[in-house]
Amino acid sequence: MSAIGRPLLEVKGLRMHYPILEGVVAHRLVGEVKAIDGIDFTVHRGETLGLVGESGCGKTTTGRCILRLERPTSGEILYDGVDIAQMQRKELLALRRRIQVIFQDPYSSLNPRMKVGDIVSEPIKVHGIEANSTRRAARVRELLSVCGLNPRFTDRYPHEMSGGQRQRVGIARALALEPEFIVCDEAVSALDVSIQAQVVNLLEDLREQFGLTYLFIAHDLSVVRHLCQRVAVMYLGRIVELADSDELFGNPLHPYTQALLAAVPVPDPSVEAHRSFRPVQGEVPSPINPPSGCVFHPRCPIAVQSCKQARPELREIRPGHFAACSEVR
Amino acid sequence: MPPLLEVNDLHTEFRTGAGVVRAVDGISYTVEPGETVAIVGESGSGKSVSALSILRLIPNPPGRITRGEIRFAGRDIMQLSDAEMREIRGGDIGMVFQEPMTSLNPVLTIGRQITETVEQHRGMDRATAHKRAIELLGLVGISDAQRRLKQYPHQLSGGMRQRIMIAMALACDPKLIIADEPTTALDVTIQAQILELMKDLTRRLNVALIIITHNLGVVARYANRVNVMYAGRLVESGPAAEVYGNPRHPYTIALLRSVPRLDRPRQERLDPVEGQPPDLTQLDAGCAFRPRCRFAVEMCAETRPPLEAAGGTGHLAACFRSREVALETGAAA
Repeated sequence: MSAIGRPLLEVKGLRMHYPILEGVVAHRLVGEVKAIDGIDFTVHRGETLGLVGESGCGKTTTGRCILRLERPTSGEILYDGVDIAQMQRKELLALRRRIQVIFQDPYSSLNPRMKVGDIVSEPIKVHGIEANSTRRAARVRELLSVCGLNPRFTDRYPHEMSGGQRQRVGIARALALEPEFIVCDEAVSALDVSIQAQVVNLLEDLREQFGLTYLFIAHDLSVVRHLCQRVAVMYLGRIVELADSDELFGNPLHPYTQALLAAVPVPDPSVEAHRSFRPVQGEVPSPINPPSGCVFHPRCPIAVQSCKQARPELREIRPGHFAACSEVR
Repeated sequence: MPPLLEVNDLHTEFRTGAGVVRAVDGISYTVEPGETVAIVGESGSGKSVSALSILRLIPNPPGRITRGEIRFAGRDIMQLSDAEMREIRGGDIGMVFQEPMTSLNPVLTIGRQITETVEQHRGMDRATAHKRAIELLGLVGISDAQRRLKQYPHQLSGGMRQRIMIAMALACDPKLIIADEPTTALDVTIQAQILELMKDLTRRLNVALIIITHNLGVVARYANRVNVMYAGRLVESGPAAEVYGNPRHPYTIALLRSVPRLDRPRQERLDPVEGQPPDLTQLDAGCAFRPRCRFAVEMCAETRPPLEAAGGTGHLAACFRSREVALETGAAA
């Protein structure tokens, strides 16, 4: 968790704009969806960085850019010192062994026609890591048991398993290539409360056991606080606050982060009875035509006139704690 | 005064390829006028089916209410004709579902969907219905009502659609609203807006609310009473403060312990409920939570524990060992 040495991942000025086209035969460009509009952050080896925000804030797109499932419009993604933002297909193959992903939905992210064993061994085959099928099968059984599944599950189909078990299959598949970096995109959001904690614990164990680095994308703030060392809060394609987890949750500076935290009800009526709260007004504006200046100003309780004009940059308010708000001291 | 809603020994079954699933397996509870009751449980616990049963909206086949009694405002729901039932749905009982996109008609304007409800149920003419629709949009905090009424559902955001659903549920001055995961599809800040709106309106208009959710925080913030479901049964029931502060069923305790909390220091490790959720086609005579329960004894395998008084007033738990459970949590707290 120390910041010594070169970060494993360094994102600089990342932008992902999707064109909006009109016309059936001749496409005309009529606008752009600014899914990500200039973000910077780093992830150090062994660290878990949380990326939180509401739907449409660009957190998933950020993960997809790092996985290079998208080619970013502009900006740099330095992975272990090498810019992967504009890499070609062939070069990416080697990268895929190092960066893997765990998806949200354990139902749609596993092929229903493949047995669990085939799902987990496919990446090993594709990357030509183990040609011997007996040894490959042994490896699959080992991966399943590392993820807390009975190795006999290799012959099962996804539909024969519960949501929690399926998510463990997805994790085993991500581990198959022995990656160093895993993008967890809402990896526990679809799971029931009682199962969610099991998978969170598993992710923590694996991080320790294999020295993994996670980018943990989620909207559930209490899980993020539990799992992450640092957290970045996104709003409408931009990072509005970034700090150590304890600092961010203990002392949120940006009005949006404060609104998010206040909106989360605590599972305890005796605490809730004494909490007064007014939900933040309005809704997230369209990323096609974002507000001028600070994108949060139409909903912000402390906005002043100048917020409508100048876009606040992310600045270091106190050591290691960044916020993009001109009114925060 | 009798309760507004009284559910007695309700059983709802589904016939599936894998066998008969007893989705709701003998639950009883009441809802008083104006109060908010939460039904909390995980997927497959039967919380949605129990609510749909009240409205007699269980698709048959494969589903069927096999036993039980549902009394609403003094009437026996099970004995009503289909026409009388249609009167109640959307009339005295309003509904708000999880997916506002799929529960609104995509080819009708917002305005038409609201006016249709009041024309059908309250016999209003078009002009009065239109006025009522404008009034309702104001009630749920939608400005610019004239323009909104002409729009179609796809032109609105998720939060806005859910406000429309609430407006429709309120259209005929219901006595009860059943909200099935009303904010699960929404973002946290929008979830907070919608829940505050529902709380404010149900209080002001004295409407009872059954809110079905898996979110323990939502229950804590909004419910007067809570019913905890597991595998088709009520395992614990009582005033929210009592159930959270002094839980008497091992499942409730495990559930409360498994969620990380923002108001407490970060834990070293989460404390999950071990094991997998039960297969509803394979339930035996014993307590369904037994395989995952730390307190389980031999007796738990033989018969299902009945829902009995435990702890304070109105607090019920279905556990043979609720006294030991209470002692242990009391010592830990």
